[in-house]
Amino acid sequence: MDLLNLNPENASTLLSWLTFLPLIGMCVVLMLPASNLRAIKIATGLFTFIPLVLATQMYFGTFDKTVSGYQMVQHFEWIKVLGINYSVGVDGLSMPLLWLTTILFFVAVPASETVPRLSKSYFVLLLLLELGVLGVFVSLDFFLFYVYWEVMLLPMYFLIGIWGGPQREYAAIKFFLYTLAGSVLMLIAVIALRLDTGTFSIPELVAIGKAGGFTGPALLGMSFTTWVFWFLFIAFAIKIPAFPFHTWLPDAHVQAPTPISVILAGILLKLGGYGLLRGCFPIVPDAFHHFAYVLGVLGVIAIVYGAYVALGQTDFKKMVAYSSVSHMGFVLLGMAALTEWGMNGAALQMFTHGISSAACFLVVGVVYDRAHHRDLNAFGGLAQPMPRYWALATIAFFASLGLPGMAGFVSEALTMVGAFQSQVGWTDEAIASGWMWGPFQWLTLIATIGIVMTAAYILWALQRVFLGTLNEKYQDFKDISAREVFSLAPLLILCIVLGIFPWFVLDWMEVSVADLMQILTFAG
Amino acid sequence: MNTLTPNDYTLLLSVLLIPLLGYVVQIFVGRSLPRKGDWMLVGSMFVVMCITVYMFFVHAMGHTGSGPFWNESARTPGGPVFRWLYNTSNVPGDQNLIAGLLYDGLAASMLMVVGVVSFLVHLFSSAYMHGDRRYHIFFANISLFTFAMLGLILSDNILFLFVFWELMGFMSYLLIGHFAHDPDSPRITHAAAACKKAFLTTRVGDTCLFFGMAMFYFLLPREYNQLLEQGLIEGERALSSFRFADLWTMGGQIVEANHGDYPMWMTVAGLFTFGGTVGKSAQFPLHIWLPDAMEGPTPVSAMIHAATMVAAGVFLLGRMFPMMSPEVLQVVIAVGAFTALFAATIGCTVNDIKGVLAYSTISQLGFMVAAIGTGGLGLVAGLFHMVTHAFFKACLFLSAGSVIHGCHHEQNMQKMGGLRKKMPLTFLCMLICTLAIAGMPLFSGYYSKDRIIASVIDSTLTQWRGGNVFALVALPLAAMLTTFYMFRLIFLTFFGEPRDHHLHEHAHESPWPMTGALLGLASLGLFGGHFWLAGDPLSINGTWFTNLVEWQNMYVTSRGGSLDLTQMNMVAVGEHAEKTGHIWAIGVSMTVLALGFFAALWIYGLKKLDPARITGKLGLVYEAVRDKYYIDEVVNATVVRGTMGLAKGQTWIDENIVDGTVLGVGRLGRGLGTLCAWIDKHIVDGAVNWLANTTQALGSVVRLLQTGRIQQYISFAVGGALLLAAFHILT
Amino acid sequence: MGVEAYMGVAGMLFVLGIVCIISRRNILYVLMGIEMILNAANINFVACNRFGNGGVEGRMFAIFVIILAAAEAAVALAIVLNVFHLFQSVRPSDADMLRD
Repeated sequence: MDLLNLNPENASTLLSWLTFLPLIGMCVVLMLPASNLRAIKIATGLFTFIPLVLATQMYFGTFDKTVSGYQMVQHFEWIKVLGINYSVGVDGLSMPLLWLTTILFFVAVPASETVPRLSKSYFVLLLLLELGVLGVFVSLDFFLFYVYWEVMLLPMYFLIGIWGGPQREYAAIKFFLYTLAGSVLMLIAVIALRLDTGTFSIPELVAIGKAGGFTGPALLGMSFTTWVFWFLFIAFAIKIPAFPFHTWLPDAHVQAPTPISVILAGILLKLGGYGLLRGCFPIVPDAFHHFAYVLGVLGVIAIVYGAYVALGQTDFKKMVAYSSVSHMGFVLLGMAALTEWGMNGAALQMFTHGISSAACFLVVGVVYDRAHHRDLNAFGGLAQPMPRYWALATIAFFASLGLPGMAGFVSEALTMVGAFQSQVGWTDEAIASGWMWGPFQWLTLIATIGIVMTAAYILWALQRVFLGTLNEKYQDFKDISAREVFSLAPLLILCIVLGIFPWFVLDWMEVSVADLMQILTFAG
Repeated sequence: MNTLTPNDYTLLLSVLLIPLLGYVVQIFVGRSLPRKGDWMLVGSMFVVMCITVYMFFVHAMGHTGSGPFWNESARTPGGPVFRWLYNTSNVPGDQNLIAGLLYDGLAASMLMVVGVVSFLVHLFSSAYMHGDRRYHIFFANISLFTFAMLGLILSDNILFLFVFWELMGFMSYLLIGHFAHDPDSPRITHAAAACKKAFLTTRVGDTCLFFGMAMFYFLLPREYNQLLEQGLIEGERALSSFRFADLWTMGGQIVEANHGDYPMWMTVAGLFTFGGTVGKSAQFPLHIWLPDAMEGPTPVSAMIHAATMVAAGVFLLGRMFPMMSPEVLQVVIAVGAFTALFAATIGCTVNDIKGVLAYSTISQLGFMVAAIGTGGLGLVAGLFHMVTHAFFKACLFLSAGSVIHGCHHEQNMQKMGGLRKKMPLTFLCMLICTLAIAGMPLFSGYYSKDRIIASVIDSTLTQWRGGNVFALVALPLAAMLTTFYMFRLIFLTFFGEPRDHHLHEHAHESPWPMTGALLGLASLGLFGGHFWLAGDPLSINGTWFTNLVEWQNMYVTSRGGSLDLTQMNMVAVGEHAEKTGHIWAIGVSMTVLALGFFAALWIYGLKKLDPARITGKLGLVYEAVRDKYYIDEVVNATVVRGTMGLAKGQTWIDENIVDGTVLGVGRLGRGLGTLCAWIDKHIVDGAVNWLANTTQALGSVVRLLQTGRIQQYISFAVGGALLLAAFHILT
Repeated sequence: MGVEAYMGVAGMLFVLGIVCIISRRNILYVLMGIEMILNAANINFVACNRFGNGGVEGRMFAIFVIILAAAEAAVALAIVLNVFHLFQSVRPSDADMLRD
């Protein structure tokens, strides 16, 4: 079991504390009287703040970014009969995302102020959701991973279905069924792996996969690993969401209240990408190699197609939702390229998009709270009554656009250069002839269209909302309030800091990404 | 080669940090400072100017060391470097990105130019923008723009050049859109559209540049290492790099190993890189944003859209020149020359004073690009023109600003006239710079423009290629039109009878910060080409710029030693370049200057010929030129509509096909559910119900026996017992 | 006189009791019929004991039955009172709720 790095000095209960702190918070909130909403808000704020402090301490203190493998591992048997263990740990891939999770949940609490029909159960579900998300990021046992994955689903369903917009039931059911379909595929794959190898442990599965130790039967002309790969891929691709599986996202976003959109775009989508890096590619690297170009194509379709569809939207929030589809395409493209830069870019893109899209949704929320609609064509000139809001919105949207000096540029540039460097699909003849050009080079070229289109829809939206003649109706709008700035500011500061000092996250990821690349390229 | 000490680098770094710091302070507390903080930024820009000028004269001009003037902080012990991607030491060099400062002749001159122009524009703005409702934001933004431009010049790698390049684009977006926030501005919606258009159009070019960059980054070391394995190159394996010095080194080696031929992909990559120039330097067909960018405040037009930002494309060409194959250079020269001529024709028909200058800028940028495209001495000439143009065009724009300010925001030249006496200082400055742009000998523009025409003649004599020949025709024509439209502007604005008396009566000379800035820039427009300090001002060789920036020493490789451009893409460096070419060039430029001037004098100065008669005769041609060859309309009809159509189409697909499939699967599921429910209700549950019903029916029959009367029950019991007994007894 | 005579008396008494239960329209008579049946059984017990193996079981049973009959009569009268209360009648055919 040295795969888990289970030295006594490594063992730690920190991660369990971190994961279950929201649960404690949930119990506390449950005990508070429902009538005292103020106390409930304070308690929720407190119990999202403590994990934030803990995660920050871990990020800058406990976590050793020079060490390869998992850290702060805790491991004991949970369900002995089935060989299910409670084993948790973090590495450079999950640590930044864990930190991001605690940040966004903390930000979501003050942003919840304007949610209609706000009640005690909302905060209970919010804390339960945090438990699920944190759990997914720390699990090293596939079954545990699955359990947390499902734990996450339920509160999300209610949060959208109860506190959402007019069509909330439709959106919630769509979200739930879609994600559930993915989970089922994941469960099948996990059980298949368990039956084949006798373990649920992700590190062990990775080791077995690296050694080519899967013995499962081929089915319908496809090998065992191919089946596992596609089942897991679709499960995670739904969450990302990758191109054909993305349509739940706009509906869920449009109907969800602002803080839930923030969490959905900021964290839940990252679980898909994280799942691919943690539980799909390294376990079946050979199948991944074989289908890398398919993933690249899906990624580029998402980038370009998402950008065009975003351009065609008239609903502000739906536009931002489609921009998420477009930006998450970079994650897929970067991973599929199988280069150091691409992988780093994809991992960083998950973090940076988590910040910038969350900020964008908060920005949209601000104007929605005042105007009670999101029709892009009905605004205009809002920068005049709300200059500070314009300034913050500009930062958020230009970070999303990938302006250099902001977080989005670093990850997009890394991804694009990394994808261009990819040698996936190069034929020997092409290399010999000196024509160093293959499928990924074309894909990168096509993806540049998406970059231009991103600028187009964002600038057009900014123009329609903020610039030009002021719509008389909106003359008396109050500028962004201190509470709203309090939610937005941490994200925007991170956007700029990460744009100037991307090593702030990349240094943490570097060792783990190198390990991952070693596993992935080993198979090829 | 490195003659700068770490302390000098700190000074250079402070040039970057002062405007950045100024921006941060201004954006947060500017509003509450006295005079809204303009003194702070003007002052800090003055410091920046002093440092750049000091560095320029002491280090660059005073360079006496052996070898070219060439300083890279990354290769100076103790020099400042910026570890961008990673801060850990175990990341290999080609994974990490370490940026440093590059201070060579080109950077030194450009830095000085930007420092000076930026300070004067700041000074000018403090009066021109007085009373604006977003005064402090305006100052913060131009300060950050200055930071970006200075950073671009000092970058030692192309990725950071791109970073600052985009940042400039962003600041340009904000500044063009300055009046899009102002409810009192009559052109508020135009400004809102213009800033978007500017950013988007340049973004197209930027994306090309980014892709070109990625190609060089990846393919250059790959090709290099392949040649290394084949033994065609000696040395160590190369790593991927964005550093200019590394790019030049690898490019030079590859071209040398190929006996002077550029690989195919380098042409492609070079074209993509040139795309960046086309976008930023407003070359055809991406020039459409620059005339619209005049919606911004005039100081912004002067600094960003005339002197500095648009010159960045030319600067990029200067930096990437060794990577441009001769095929690329043919495209460069063709695009440049066409743009120069094309914009100059439009410039003759525009009535908006800033519009004339905008098209003039496009045209002059075309000159620079074409000069570099000659692939000969024009390289230095084009960069030189970039410097002198920055002086006189900034002055022209600011003078125009002064006129607009004096005329209470009237921009139409047809309503002006006779302003000479009302605004003598402005007139003087504008006249000086008009002479400079026209290429009057002894004015700054003469030195650079003449060299451009000389190099075009020279390269055409050396290589009779399509692009060169086209440039040979187009550039003198464009120069003639330049003289014509500039003097048209002068005559319409300052001479003749006032055409709008109300306007004329209220016109006034501008306050001292504006005229001071004008005079500063005008003196640079007069003396900036030569400085007149050393040597004979009549000599066209031996100007300060050509002494500082020599093509032989422009590209120092990472192995030390300069790149020999004659072995690469440099085509014309013959002896006659310095002599024959020049004699012709002087003749040509004097002729076109005279032609242009007299035409303008005849039509607009002396009014011997009514312009309406000429335009009437030209008919449709005139209308086409006046309407900017309908390019905006064509772009709107094709690109914009096409994009929107695609967007709408894909939205439809998304809603109906992709989401439709999902909903279809959902409906199918629901249909199956309904079917199952029917089967369940009528068949499965039906069987159960039938059984129950049958039982019930039987029960109701039996029920008749159940009277509830105990006595009856007992009778049955007794009867039963008797029957049993009888049965028992009888059997 | 043998056991048959006792049996005969008991049998007649039993039949009378049955007839009484079945035919009478007053619930009190029904109760009396039940008492008669019990007493018929008692006679049988005692007679069989007298002519049996000399034990005391038969007599003991008879005593139990008498005690039981007393308790039964008390309960039954209470039931009768309640039935009367409920149905305002002492006719057994009116209290036909068992049907439901």
